[in-house]
Amino acid sequence: MNTANQYLKAIYLVQRMDDGPAATGRVADALDLSPASANEIIGKLEERGLAEHEKYKGVSLTDEGVVHAEDALQTYCIIERFLANVLGVEEFRAEARQLESVIDETVADRLDTIIDREAECPDCFDAEADACCYLEAVAEPETGAD
Amino acid sequence: MFKSLPPTQTDDDDGIGRQPAVVAVSVNQRVDSDHQLARLLQIGIVLEEVVEARAYRHYQSLAEEDRDLDTDVEALLEGAAEESAKHREQLEELIDDLDADSIPFEDIETLVEARYGRTKPEDFDGVLYDQLCNEETAYKFYDDLIQAVEESDAAFSVDREELLSRLRRLREEEAEGVEEVTRIMEARS
Repeated sequence: MNTANQYLKAIYLVQRMDDGPAATGRVADALDLSPASANEIIGKLEERGLAEHEKYKGVSLTDEGVVHAEDALQTYCIIERFLANVLGVEEFRAEARQLESVIDETVADRLDTIIDREAECPDCFDAEADACCYLEAVAEPETGAD
Repeated sequence: MFKSLPPTQTDDDDGIGRQPAVVAVSVNQRVDSDHQLARLLQIGIVLEEVVEARAYRHYQSLAEEDRDLDTDVEALLEGAAEESAKHREQLEELIDDLDADSIPFEDIETLVEARYGRTKPEDFDGVLYDQLCNEETAYKFYDDLIQAVEESDAAFSVDREELLSRLRRLREEEAEGVEEVTRIMEARS
């Protein structure tokens, strides 16, 4: 997956969680970047017609940006499900995040042939849980800080 | 890259923590550890397993249903299944050298077999197209993996040049596979 698609996916998920434009600070947190770096990336996505930024509101993906983001999220879903349900990886979230940049969409499509995803994918992706809501975890779910 | 910055208050973020926490992604295209490399090689094994199962299944079903087989297609599918099995062994050897955790390949083999036991190709052209996708996908996988290793400065427990040399050989064989399928497709059109 190329890096632009990873950025788009991050913005898409923030938008979905916040039910509106994604605040730059939230995008920066999602990308583990400084706000300045996030702004620079958003600017580049705007130049390519993939996102629109409105001052004091935040960034929204254009229709084309959404298509790319949903493709990227599907690829990410496939990787997570493949790791969890085929390879039995407990830390599937962390590993999926590491691997998503190296696994191309065409490769993910082939892996997809041996996992059962729902037709509604990627709508079934739970951004807060960072996993598909139908994914059967192989181990105890991560407890996090709460 | 800046990390661990405090929450920011740009745009409409009210800063009082009402919004759900976002999951941070780290965007890079490198392989940074033995573990990550081993995982990618395992994915390569599954891909090869898929190719092998598809080629074998297609080969078998065509052989049963059509006695007037196109010898080129038959040889192609047989060769593809053999080559994938060989690639799988080579990837397994690399993983062994990395001393990474093993995964139950028998289970994966069963799973892949179960999926493809139910599928049947529609015709020769469908089989060839599918085989072309297989070869192209495997090529893309090795190409991305090679690039990710080349861009990494991680110290792997296998010799980097030896690793890259083996991966490049695999990529080369996939490229030859693409050419072979394309040649047969063109000859049939």
